[in-house]
Amino acid sequence: MIRAIRYGALGMAAVLTAIFAYTYFTGGTPPIKPMIDIGGPFRLASSKGGVVDSNDLTGKPYAIFFGFTHCPEVCPTTLYEMSAVLGKLGDKAKDFHVFFVTVDPGRDTVEAMRDYVANFDPRVEALVPTPEQLQQIAKDFRVYFAKVPTSDGSYTMDHTATVFLMDGETHLASTIAFGENQETREAKLRKLLGL
Amino acid sequence: MRLIKEITFAAALTIASLADAAMGHADEIKAGNLIIGHPWSRQSPMGGSVAAGFMTIQNTGTEDDRLLKATAEITSNVQLHAMTMDGDVMKMAEMPDGIPIPAGQTVELKPRSLHIMFMGLASPVMEGEDIKGTLVFEKAGTVDIDYEVMAPNAGMGQ
Repeated sequence: MIRAIRYGALGMAAVLTAIFAYTYFTGGTPPIKPMIDIGGPFRLASSKGGVVDSNDLTGKPYAIFFGFTHCPEVCPTTLYEMSAVLGKLGDKAKDFHVFFVTVDPGRDTVEAMRDYVANFDPRVEALVPTPEQLQQIAKDFRVYFAKVPTSDGSYTMDHTATVFLMDGETHLASTIAFGENQETREAKLRKLLGL
Repeated sequence: MRLIKEITFAAALTIASLADAAMGHADEIKAGNLIIGHPWSRQSPMGGSVAAGFMTIQNTGTEDDRLLKATAEITSNVQLHAMTMDGDVMKMAEMPDGIPIPAGQTVELKPRSLHIMFMGLASPVMEGEDIKGTLVFEKAGTVDIDYEVMAPNAGMGQ
């Protein structure tokens, strides 16, 4: 916890220093771009068969969320809440995708994920990385995940619960926090999609 | 970790006392000095193998009690868990020493907080069903309870 705060503070200091240096040496204000760019290219197995390649998502805003099927609360709640908004937006968001990336590829196979996302709006599509791909995409999206052993010899997972909203140029447009109210969730999706 | 547990616990107590005043008690079960209010669960997603159980536990006595373990007919693998948010990270911790039920207080097991965790389910629990189980307390002993299985989105922010 304290370490996290310390790293956070260091990170903040680094960003502020960078802005100061930029402003000082260029004599201008930095361009309006996300200071920390979230995201990166990916090519992952999909619950709909085949792969999803982020190169094919140019011009198509999407949401991406990380979780696992043995998740009792955050994942089903988030996916139900996203589904409720997608239902409300209807055909206006017909090409929109919510990608649900498992952080537990050891247990969540493509088949398991396909069964799981069938509970939600069809625009929720599961992506199943290999362990190596998971390391990469988690790094790119700054997603934390960790196995937590349980007394039965099994494990559960801690993980980042944020939904990332990506614009059509693979930059982060906005985020939705876990439990954010439905009006805000809908407003953020409408803004992302220009509705 | 212990700190997180204590914070969760304190938060659960605070919210429980507010919620307690706001809503009546359906399906109360009395066991010694304890009053267990409305055990419930929600329909679990197809393809998932876990479900969670929630309730309030009020200790009307002058002695602290402790929920040591829970059992259920649907699975032999039932655990006591605490969920917390650490910034934007969801953390799940098993509570191997159980859940304290302090004298004169009400502890709420609820979504996003303390809960009973049913693991390794062979099939999902469905709305309208009951989950039969027991709670084992240090002082109040073993109590039979029925969880009412509610809609998949019960208790979510709408």
